[in-house]
Amino acid sequence: MQLFNIKNYVALLTVGLLTLSCSNDDDPEAVDEEEVITTMTIELESAGNVVTLQTRDLDGDGPDAPVITVGNLAANTTYTGSIELLNETETPADNITLEVAEEDDEHQFFFDASGTVTNVTYNDEDGDGNPIGLSFTLTTGDPGPGTIRVTLRHEPKKPNDGTLADAGGETDISQSFNVVVE
Amino acid sequence: MKYSILLLFVCLSGWTSVAQDCKSILLGEISDFHDNTPLYGASITVTGKNQQTLSNQEGKFRFENLCDGVLELEISHPECISKFVTIVINGDSFKKILLEHHLEELDEVKVTGVIKNTTTSAQEGHLSLSEVEKYSGNSLGDALKSLAGVSTLNTGANIVKPVIQGLMGSRVLILNNNVRMQDMEWGEEHAPNVDINTNQDISVVKGAAALEYGGDAIGGVIIMNPLPIVRTDSLFGKTQTNLFSNGRGGNITTTLTKSYSSGLYMKGQASFKRLGDLEAPDYLLSNTGIAEKGVALSVGKRGFLQGWEAYYSYFDSEIGILRASHIGNVDDLIQSINSQQPNVINDFTYAIQSPYQEVTHHLGKLNYYRRFEGLGKWTMQYDFQNNQRLEYDIRVGNDADKASLDLSLTTHSITTGFQFDSKDGLQVKTGLLGRYQNNFANPDTGVRRLIPDYDKIDLGVFSVAEYRLKENLILDAGVRYDFSRIDAKKFYRTSRWEERGYDEDFADIIIEDLGTQLLTNPIFDFHNISATSGLQYDMKKETKLRFNYALAQRAPNPSELFSDGLHHSAARIELGDLRIKSETSSKISLSLEKNSADWGYTISPYFNAINEFIILEPTGVEFTIRGAFPVWTYRQTNAHLLGVDVSAYYNWTPKLRTDHKFSWVKGTDVSTDIPLINMPPANFNNSISYRNPKLKNLVLGLESMYVFEQQRFPDNIFVFSPEQQQEVELDINTPPAAYHLVALDAETSYSIGHRNDLKIGLRVTNLFNTNYRDYLNRLRYFVDDLGRNISLRIIYNY
Repeated sequence: MQLFNIKNYVALLTVGLLTLSCSNDDDPEAVDEEEVITTMTIELESAGNVVTLQTRDLDGDGPDAPVITVGNLAANTTYTGSIELLNETETPADNITLEVAEEDDEHQFFFDASGTVTNVTYNDEDGDGNPIGLSFTLTTGDPGPGTIRVTLRHEPKKPNDGTLADAGGETDISQSFNVVVE
Repeated sequence: MKYSILLLFVCLSGWTSVAQDCKSILLGEISDFHDNTPLYGASITVTGKNQQTLSNQEGKFRFENLCDGVLELEISHPECISKFVTIVINGDSFKKILLEHHLEELDEVKVTGVIKNTTTSAQEGHLSLSEVEKYSGNSLGDALKSLAGVSTLNTGANIVKPVIQGLMGSRVLILNNNVRMQDMEWGEEHAPNVDINTNQDISVVKGAAALEYGGDAIGGVIIMNPLPIVRTDSLFGKTQTNLFSNGRGGNITTTLTKSYSSGLYMKGQASFKRLGDLEAPDYLLSNTGIAEKGVALSVGKRGFLQGWEAYYSYFDSEIGILRASHIGNVDDLIQSINSQQPNVINDFTYAIQSPYQEVTHHLGKLNYYRRFEGLGKWTMQYDFQNNQRLEYDIRVGNDADKASLDLSLTTHSITTGFQFDSKDGLQVKTGLLGRYQNNFANPDTGVRRLIPDYDKIDLGVFSVAEYRLKENLILDAGVRYDFSRIDAKKFYRTSRWEERGYDEDFADIIIEDLGTQLLTNPIFDFHNISATSGLQYDMKKETKLRFNYALAQRAPNPSELFSDGLHHSAARIELGDLRIKSETSSKISLSLEKNSADWGYTISPYFNAINEFIILEPTGVEFTIRGAFPVWTYRQTNAHLLGVDVSAYYNWTPKLRTDHKFSWVKGTDVSTDIPLINMPPANFNNSISYRNPKLKNLVLGLESMYVFEQQRFPDNIFVFSPEQQQEVELDINTPPAAYHLVALDAETSYSIGHRNDLKIGLRVTNLFNTNYRDYLNRLRYFVDDLGRNISLRIIYNY
């Protein structure tokens, strides 16, 4: 009786598993991250001279840290700055700058200058007259080391008092550049 | 027990005086045919006469003033088929009556207040129906927390994972109407997808002793069974509604049951719950609403010889995740921890916005059993489950309404078992399991998969036995073997693949190189053995000692193996490890119990040594363009958990009762001698209740819960803050301070159509609106826990 039953179980189990395990063996499709910003390039232009500050993290949230390139700035100079954002995990690279410009009321760059970088002011504004920061003016002082920290916030409080604490929102980019003013 | 019967006999036989007509006394004892346990509450009627009585706790009954001659007794018990017994009275007599106590098939009617444990020797806990009703508007974890040794890991107030003696997730199995839940229990923010109102007979086995349900329950097993259906022709229903001040909503649940004396029954149940934003004492917790709906249908027939059941349940929950917990990077986290204030507080709303999760669970089951005379009972079950999890993050542009995580887990299981119970005192249960599982991670999310596509096969075989060595000593033992194979298709970033060192150890599993990504095909086999052995010793009247040893092995879950990527809502990078092996737990537990009418206690110490314990903890940071993120890595180590659960009650007067519970656990990574992360702090609960049946069954209760500060925790990590341009301490492990909460509960019952069919209860939790944070709440970095909640519950039976 008992033996008969066990045979039965095994038979049933085998049949069951065979019918159930007909999975498809197709390989899954790769996902390319769509909304990742891999690269931020800041161009600072003054009288035809262009200085580039760039941060580039091609593996996104992978283990590799961003690669930062920094050009030297001239002393006591006013630069016109512009920012370009790219997603280089896609080919061709996706220009995220356009997305930010389109949703400018939901984004804002924040600039935190110290040392020989004396001042940064906004050159653009959204439909409500609040700053965006895709375009800005940067002023340097006497030669020496300086720092400029660039933060892009998504859905910050707008208008805000210009500090990150007051603005809130999510950080899309946060990068410090250590520059030399000569 | 035996002695008292013997004594009775002695007394009786000593009573040799010739009985006069109609002066005879009949003493009787009713016990279960199978294990001789006394049956309490059986009704005994002398047929043709107007004499009736009930058996007492020891199964005894007594009739006086009987006439000598032949008598017929009708014995009925809620759990048994009525029986007629003819006896000859000749002077004072004694009669032992055995009842066929297998109407558990009509589902264990727990009339006696004596709860039958799942195992003989392990530590267990059981929730009474009134406790389940108290938490009907909350989650399973909230209700289980009222048991000593059970705590919860929360993500806010609505995502609640049960923790048993310090262990949770894949180490805790949930049996939902005898189906092992397959609902992605691996994630810390994945709560069990069960409706507490569906299967309201809820108990917990602490540890891995319940081998028939699985060999990997290192933490324990939560068993949720439907309430019994009485085998009579009837139609009855129950509706409960709960209204909450905190969250400004409530829930409603209704059950309708139609039963027939033939054993056929049909049952339907539906629940609906809706809450808006919850509140801490000082502010609103924005985006913490919840919407839940559930349906369960069952139809079956239960007879003594055979029976079957078809069951289907659906559960859908949509849960908002605190808006302020969605942070960008480690600087945001540092800022949140330091400010102790949420960075987003909006006006109250019922709307659930991103970030939120929506989880749907379908469960279907078919089972059949047949009893073979003189042999035992055979059971067969097929079950199907589909768990669909969607997690929505705050996203921009075209992806704003797209889920960031979209997993669909489908499971088919076949189980069969045979219970040999024909031999008195010996019960052997043996069974087989076959399971196939498929996980599909939808690539349309546009976000790299945290958990890959996989197929998994499980095969298991077990045998457990229970043997009554002496009248007061039961031994149990069991052994189980499980095989599981997981066959995954996973993409790795090339940089991650190399950083993890997989290019050296797993080069052969790459099936395609896409440049920046690699498609790999990890296939892992696990062979796990588990075993248990223990005893239950009835020391003296009302005092029991249980001892159990359980060996259990658990294969790593998909998250522990494959997890890889940024958890946006948690702002952390979680990394699994392909090298992770099964973990092995050896647990010794002891339980000393006394239960008398006046007072009782349970003292349950335990020690659990886990080899290759799989642990997730913060290990460092990684830099991205968005800033730095804490990295949480899975690793294996040897761990020891030592703890004790104590509970006691005392009936001061028939109306006044106090209850006391204390739990403490100490978890240590013995390889490094560092405390384990996320161990529940000691807690001490006391309650006093006043019960007056004459005053509309009034029950008044005052509950106090004191949670100590966790003193043992791993060190914080130091990270480089890009914002501050220096190394700072990330205060991620420091536990919050101790806290004390007080709750008030009042309940009365009224009669409308039947006796006491309407119950009304009022409950106030966090009575003094205390500000507190809990160590095991993942949102403790951002906000205070819940403030005062006044709730009203109305239960109507019809």
